[in-house]
Formats: sequence, structure tokens, C-alpha cells
Amino acid sequence: MSDQAPIPNIHFTVQSGVYAAREASEKLMHELAPLGLDAEEAGAIELIMAEALNNIVEHGYPDPQNSGPISIYCEHGTKGLNIKLVDTGLPMPDSKAPAGLAPKTDVALTDLPEGGFGWFIIKDLAKDVVYTRTDDANRLDLRIAITFGSETDR
Amino acid sequence: MNLSSRTEDQLRVVSVNGDRIDAAVAIEFKDAMRAETDGGPEVVILDLSEVGFIDSSGLGAIVASMKHMGQDRTLALAGLTPTVDKVFRLTRMDSVFSLFATLDGAIHELQH
Repeated sequence: MSDQAPIPNIHFTVQSGVYAAREASEKLMHELAPLGLDAEEAGAIELIMAEALNNIVEHGYPDPQNSGPISIYCEHGTKGLNIKLVDTGLPMPDSKAPAGLAPKTDVALTDLPEGGFGWFIIKDLAKDVVYTRTDDANRLDLRIAITFGSETDR
Repeated sequence: MNLSSRTEDQLRVVSVNGDRIDAAVAIEFKDAMRAETDGGPEVVILDLSEVGFIDSSGLGAIVASMKHMGQDRTLALAGLTPTVDKVFRLTRMDSVFSLFATLDGAIHELQH
């Protein structure tokens, strides 16, 4: 395997808001196009990005009048895509990422959850998910296993 | 968020005319679903065949729509594309809804 990464490292920033997740996903998928990802891999990346970005928009920058930047970094390593999201919004409660437990579905209709799936989806689809809070910034690192040019470990 | 609906053999078929149900349109979707299902037939089939992507906000909006319809009515989902299907299975919501691969299959199965 060549040491040469097939795509250059990616870095861009979007502004928080209702369309931030769409914008970030579109940009990232555009940059990743040379990898020729299959539909399943592309779907997983879009889903992880949507959930992670929505979480930052909803909880990091909850006041729409007071939006802020979300930086996206992505590098193609030997074990997949290493993605880092950095924002300067509010910290997670207790400076910890939610446990991301499976939603309870064996309950009465009125008790069915309408939210709380986001972290569960991220933790299920991504690997090495690490949240850190330093210097007034939130940082979320995660890895997405893809097959192209990577040693798969799925 | 554009939805269209028709009634066929006592079934209400609501089609989503758009390729994403995500955080940007989740509330709009919920309101539109209310308008299309309130006071209509007992069984509603949501045709998702044009939808290529759904996130947890969109999923939450579909759950909310079913809860709003109430215990005595049915919301079935038809035409799930691969990524949409994956979200329902991952979150185990495939055990809560009746899922059908195609709209025709759903109509055939539910029109009794």
C-alpha cells in the first residue's frame, strides 16, 4: 500500500444554523468524491455528519441569534476517514458526551421517543468517538471505516 | 416540505416529494403530515420512495406523526431507500412501524 493519500486533507468551516448539517455534508461528500465510495459508505458518512452537526447546532449554539463557526477536518488514513469537528459553542453537560444508549422502542405508543437517537447513531456507525473540551472549544474526533485504500477493520 | 396525498380503497397514501427529511425540514414535515392525515382514513401509508436521506430529526418527526394519529390508526411506511431503511433498523424503529419495500406491496397488504 502506498503512503500517498489519494485525497488531500480536507478542512472547511460552516456557520451554525438549520442548514449547517446539509452544507457540511454536501461539501465533505464533494471533497470525498475521488474515493468512489459506495452508497452504503456514503450514506453512513452523511448520517454521522448530520447527527454530529445537528447536535452542535442544537446544543452548542442553541440561540439562533448567536450562531458560531463549526470547523470540519477530515484526513484519509490507513484505517479510514479521521474526522474532527471543532466548535466554540457551549460545552456538553459535565464536559462529557452522552452515553448514546439505544432508544426504547418496546413501550406504549405515547411513550415512544421522538429524539435522542443522534448519539446512538454516531456511536453505532463511527469508531473511536472521543469528545474533549479544551480552551473554550468542543472537539469531537471520530473515525469512519471505509474500504477504499484502507486496511478494513470492520 | 412538499407532501401530496390521495385516497385509495379506504387508504390514505401520503407521498413525500423531496429527497431529504432532516433537521432543516422536520417541523415543517410534522405540520404537513398533520394536515394530510387529520380526519382521514384509519390507515395511512407514507410513501418514502423519493427520500434518499433521513436523520434522527426526520425520524423523530415520523414518530411524532404516528403518535398524533393515535392508538386506533395505523401509519405504515413504504418504499424505503437503503439509507432510510438503515436508520429505521439501527434505531429499532423497524419494530414499531410496518415497513413495506414498495408502495404497491403496502397497498395490496393493507387494503382489507
